[in-house]
Amino acid sequence: MTKERKMNIREDMSWREMPQGGHIIDAGNAEDFKTGDWRSMRPVWLPDKCKQCLLCWPVCPDMAIPVENGKRKDFDFDHCKGCGICVEVCPFKAIDFVEEGK
Amino acid sequence: MAIKDKLSGNEAIAVAMRQIDPDVVAAFPITPSTEVPQYFSQFVANGQVHTEFVAVESEHSAMSACIGAEAAGARTMTATSSQGLALMWEMLYIAASLRLPIVMSVINRALSGPINIHNDHSDSMGARDSGWIQLYCENNQEAYDNLIQAIRIAEHKDVQLPVMVCYDGFITSHAVENIELIEDEKVKAFIGEYRPQHYLLDRDNPISMGPLDMPAYYFEHKRAQAEAMKNAKRVILEVAQEFEKLTGRKYGYFEEYKMEDAEVGIVIMNSTAGTAKFVVNELRKQGIKAGLIKLRVFRPFPFEELGKALSHLKAVAIMDKADSFSGAGGPLFTEVRSAMFDYAKDTKAVSYIYGLGGRDVRPDEIMSVYQDLLEIARTGQVKSTFNYLGVRE
Repeated sequence: MTKERKMNIREDMSWREMPQGGHIIDAGNAEDFKTGDWRSMRPVWLPDKCKQCLLCWPVCPDMAIPVENGKRKDFDFDHCKGCGICVEVCPFKAIDFVEEGK
Repeated sequence: MAIKDKLSGNEAIAVAMRQIDPDVVAAFPITPSTEVPQYFSQFVANGQVHTEFVAVESEHSAMSACIGAEAAGARTMTATSSQGLALMWEMLYIAASLRLPIVMSVINRALSGPINIHNDHSDSMGARDSGWIQLYCENNQEAYDNLIQAIRIAEHKDVQLPVMVCYDGFITSHAVENIELIEDEKVKAFIGEYRPQHYLLDRDNPISMGPLDMPAYYFEHKRAQAEAMKNAKRVILEVAQEFEKLTGRKYGYFEEYKMEDAEVGIVIMNSTAGTAKFVVNELRKQGIKAGLIKLRVFRPFPFEELGKALSHLKAVAIMDKADSFSGAGGPLFTEVRSAMFDYAKDTKAVSYIYGLGGRDVRPDEIMSVYQDLLEIARTGQVKSTFNYLGVRE
């Protein structure tokens, strides 16, 4: 669900309604744009191997690893672009990395 | 009371910049625009302005620094010529599409190659589709007046576009002429304080500028940009009216010189208009109904107004100080003739490309253009639509 912002930019808006120059006039609206479909590689979280050390969470460039009550959950695939940095930093091999569509 | 002075075009522009006192000037020297940042940096060194002067390492950097400064919320100006403008190319489009009201003097000089430092309009004509408003100036007075008006036009909330003020290298930039300056405090009152709606240093309202714009949005942003250019047509006249009240000097989209009863005329830009007016006067002494239109506003293009202004002529020559190498006339010709298709269908139009690389344009050459037009008016026949004036055949 899209958060209420100063301006929610939507695909059904006319040019007259949008901020000029493509400016984003309030912070955090990257969440509104589902950019996960660019992904060609997909990280797979293996909860059995995961020690909840959270080393993966701060390195994710897209904030696509949601954390609740100090514990990570499964990936936010609406925003994960499959860069694989989390896979690299995980000391416990708790994230698999597979080709998308396989 | 206006201040009477004697200044070159570049001095006049530097004085206007001192009076405007922009927050940031980022510039790189290039002939014949060099004097503008040179004189202006003296004002900075003397403490006569509060401007942050950024001496950059190239024109690409100059325009980039201007974009950064303007995006931050600073009133920003610069100046360049020829290759300098060419080096700014990609950033010109970004300034316009980010809707940053930067004001830049373009001191027109031929583009290389072959390398040449003298005047023609190939530099600014090449930037005609970059999304910048373009004002053209016949002399130092117009350069000064246009620069001051440019601030108001650029920053207007319905416009928010950068403006180029173009005048002829060496001919206007370095020639000293009489000029009437406006008092400092009146200039300040006229331009007012810069209050951008959105800017990066507004810490209470954080924003992002220049994000990736995908197919679902890019077109809408370009459409809005096109509308801003249309709005500029109205704003340019509103600002001109206010400027006339302040100075008594009248500006519009173009100047019509003895056009009322004219049968033949030329459309021309910048300093050559002065030479051409002399020729019109000579023809008028002989009872020949000659006139001319000097275009001031090329972007936005006054399509309907210019087309209608030519409708009563029998023949018109559109004179370009730049070739577009289309094989079908210069850029001004192409656009004016397009306007005439709707509004001046019965007027014969011919193209003359002249004065490239600073080739001097003499009255007898302009006279020969009018003679060609009179021949077309008499016979109704156009022998040659695309012509070069003053080149050795």
